[in-house]
Amino acid sequence: MSEPVKRKIDYNRREMPKQLPQVRSHNFYEVALGYPPETAIEEAQRCLQCKKAGCVEKCPVEINIPGFVRCIAEGDFAKGIKILKEKNCLPAVCGRVCPQEEQCESACIMLKKGGQSAIGRLERFLADWEAAQGKLELPEIPKPTGKKVAVVGGGPAGLTVAGDLIKLGHKVTIFEALHKLGGVLIYGIPEFRLPKAIVYREVEYLRMLGVEVVTDFVVGKTRSVENLLREFDAIFIGAGAGLPWFMNIPGENLNGVYSANEYLTRMNLMKGFMFPQYQTPIKEHAKVAVVGGGNVAMDCARTALRLGAETRIIYRRSRQELPARLEEVENAEEEGVIFDFLTLPIRYIGDENGWVKEIEYLKMQLGEPDASGRRSPVPIEGSETILPVDAVVCAIGNSPNPLIPTSTKGLQIGKKGNIVADEATGKTSMEKVWAGGDVVTGAATVILAMGAGRKAARSMHEFLCSG
Amino acid sequence: MFKVISNEMVVPNIHLLTVEAPAVAAQIEPGQFVILRSEEDGERIPLSIADWDRDKGTLTFAIVNVGGTTDKLASLRAGTDIPTVVGPLGNATEIGEFGTVVCIGGCYGIGSIYPIARALKEKNNRVITIIEARSSYLLFWEDKYKQVSDKFVTITRDGSRGVRGHITHLPEILGGLPEPANRIIVNGCTFLMKHTSEISRPFGIKTIVSLNPIMIDGTGMCGVCRVSIASKTKFACVDGPDFDGHEVDWAELLQRRKTYIREEAIPLRTSKCEEHAANRRGNIV
Ligand SMILES: Cc1cc2nc3c(=O)[nH]c(=O)nc-3n(C[C@H](O)[C@H](O)[C@H](O)COP(=O)(O)OP(=O)(O)OC[C@H]3O[C@@H](n4cnc5c(N)ncnc54)[C@H](O)[C@@H]3O)c2cc1C
Ligand SMILES: Cc1cc2nc3c(=O)[nH]c(=O)nc-3n(C[C@H](O)[C@H](O)[C@H](O)COP(=O)(O)OP(=O)(O)OC[C@H]3O[C@@H](n4cnc5c(N)ncnc54)[C@H](O)[C@@H]3O)c2cc1C
Ligand code: SF4
Ligand code: SF4
Ligand code: FES
Repeated sequence: MSEPVKRKIDYNRREMPKQLPQVRSHNFYEVALGYPPETAIEEAQRCLQCKKAGCVEKCPVEINIPGFVRCIAEGDFAKGIKILKEKNCLPAVCGRVCPQEEQCESACIMLKKGGQSAIGRLERFLADWEAAQGKLELPEIPKPTGKKVAVVGGGPAGLTVAGDLIKLGHKVTIFEALHKLGGVLIYGIPEFRLPKAIVYREVEYLRMLGVEVVTDFVVGKTRSVENLLREFDAIFIGAGAGLPWFMNIPGENLNGVYSANEYLTRMNLMKGFMFPQYQTPIKEHAKVAVVGGGNVAMDCARTALRLGAETRIIYRRSRQELPARLEEVENAEEEGVIFDFLTLPIRYIGDENGWVKEIEYLKMQLGEPDASGRRSPVPIEGSETILPVDAVVCAIGNSPNPLIPTSTKGLQIGKKGNIVADEATGKTSMEKVWAGGDVVTGAATVILAMGAGRKAARSMHEFLCSG
Repeated sequence: MFKVISNEMVVPNIHLLTVEAPAVAAQIEPGQFVILRSEEDGERIPLSIADWDRDKGTLTFAIVNVGGTTDKLASLRAGTDIPTVVGPLGNATEIGEFGTVVCIGGCYGIGSIYPIARALKEKNNRVITIIEARSSYLLFWEDKYKQVSDKFVTITRDGSRGVRGHITHLPEILGGLPEPANRIIVNGCTFLMKHTSEISRPFGIKTIVSLNPIMIDGTGMCGVCRVSIASKTKFACVDGPDFDGHEVDWAELLQRRKTYIREEAIPLRTSKCEEHAANRRGNIV
């Protein structure tokens, strides 16, 4: 391999083409269009190929970033994707939805001048390039170990465990409650940010590796964890954090008040935006308010906007404290989502038919920083305001679904209803049972769920080989 | 995929659908439900269990054809496959040694109250079964009920069989019992459950209802099924579907069930002639 050439550092981070805001706000096609090969090569050539690469340390699955980036720079995409896939079985997904600015890219040595390497975009480029070739290279599977593993939940955590363990020769079965695999990737994150075809492709890859998939199977109901243990040598629980929170304010059960999960599930999993061709109905709303400020709230707002509603985000702090990725906030703003900062709903008011027609909210001001380090919002007395709406989407958070915790004796449960698992290994308090992802941490990110899956798979493999 | 074993219209507009779903059949208990899709791209709808056969691995549902999805289910033929049958969902109906229990079924509840009555009888309760409908031609499974009931009553609105009128006759039926009822369990349409709860309240008899709000996942993920029970929000799919009828906010449930009333009419507005023509062509080839 040749030494990197000494040259002047290029801080010009290459932009990725996007659909124009006025166009994309009316369709569900993907917003970002991906690099053409020339741009990808240019972008990759900017990377300084650091010996002690900070970017790698900040990637939860420790992708060899300089390695794959260099392949792109040299035009050897096939080798690049191989390096990428050594560590990440869902590159097309991560390249799109990872909060790169907080992870790998935040540690790039070129960050100082705002010229950090566009690692996520390059990762996406390679994954899309591979898909476009139309042929997937399957790794060699070692001879069967004879051990059987059950994976509960087909989200990023579960898919990672399944991918890792099948490649080590274990027999893997995924049990998924819904009729499709992918978890939040399929029912939550909208088509315009993560086309579902990409998720199907990744799932198909696992099937080709020999992973058995059982959908429409609710562990804890169809069969208990204990019952599965009679058949399987080890179990991984990656059931996610699907239980939606409400604010417990008056009027929350009026018609037209949705949880983010309901709203997004109707749209994404059930393809409500294609009603009546697909049979799950959605309403046509004219004025939608989305309560919350995270990625989930942005996804709901941008979905409502695409269905033609005047859409606003109601958030109790200011723009600076928005927990959503900056890129998504900017996308939402460009598309025409209205932001009402420093507002807190206190009541929903219904019409004579039980449909929400108004929100009453309080104006807030920022006080002292709270436990999260963000300045906490304090209501301004006498600032009650009425806002007319015909739908409200509550996107204030989720916690782990209690189904498995309550149906599994012997599983240690944390204060927030999460399954307690060792951070380094994913081991739970129950023998032969591991857990990871949102069900352990509470709602987090795709890549953290995958990282947890990776660690658990390693520990499970050790266990399976020792016994 | 889940195989349709049989599908028959037992009385006008009510279909008994039997599907093969061994994992669910092995676990299901009275009062639980499943979620099912009639086809890919189809909606997910909940159906209460009306009967099952653990050995054969089959489930039977009584389905009232009211809209897009139930219409598709009604037209399924034996031997075809449906993509989703997931369950058993919800909590089973509490089957204790209560003493005298009145089981009331109307509409699809004539199906789903059956396994409850049977299980209560097996627990040595005195089981009084009441099934009700508009007219005698809408009553079914009377023979099955007679075998598990100590007393069996039918109510028809037109008086064509049994008591003439409504569940409003419940006090007379209760009064005619040799001992006071310890519990009432009602399955069926929302109005029947609501009225029964109102009627039984002054008697102070615990009344269990099986709520039927709109659902999507049935696992506690979406929150669309929320109902107010004693002024607290509950998710019917995981906290229910059985609740104390005296604590239910009926007005809210009825209002929430109407959310999609306009959209639901859309699939019914077409005559589906084109679809049928296409199917026919398919058959000839
Ligand atoms: C709208 C939205 C947008 C998001 N955007 C981003 C983003 O841009 N970037 C990012 O990094 N993260 C994002 N996240 C967060 C990210 O999607 C999650 O952190 C991640 O999906 C967690 O993965 P998981 O595998 O732990 O759980 P999940 O993805 O929740 O998957 C869990 C799976 O388990 C199944 N399951 C649950 N219970 C059972 C059971 N009893 N039996 C069988 N199966 C069961 C569920 O149906 C589900 O399929 C977003 C989340 C949402 C909701
Ligand atoms: C726990 C539970 C058990 C049920 N058991 C039975 C049963 O055993 N037999 C039976 O015939 N019916 C049962 N129902 C009602 C049944 O689910 C609805 O009739 C069915 O969903 C109607 O769908 P559709 O597309 O045919 O009609 P639509 O025209 O879509 O709807 C007709 C009416 O059904 C209700 N409904 C619509 N979609 C849903 C949904 N996704 N979930 C719940 N209700 C909905 C609404 O009130 C609506 O007004 C049950 C409902 C619940 C919640
Ligand atoms: S997986 Fe995420 S954190 Fe890791 S390199 Fe890719 S984009 Fe960065
Ligand atoms: S820190 Fe930045 S420049 Fe260095 S290897 Fe990583 S991506 Fe390249
Ligand atoms: S049906 Fe979704 S939470 Fe009950």
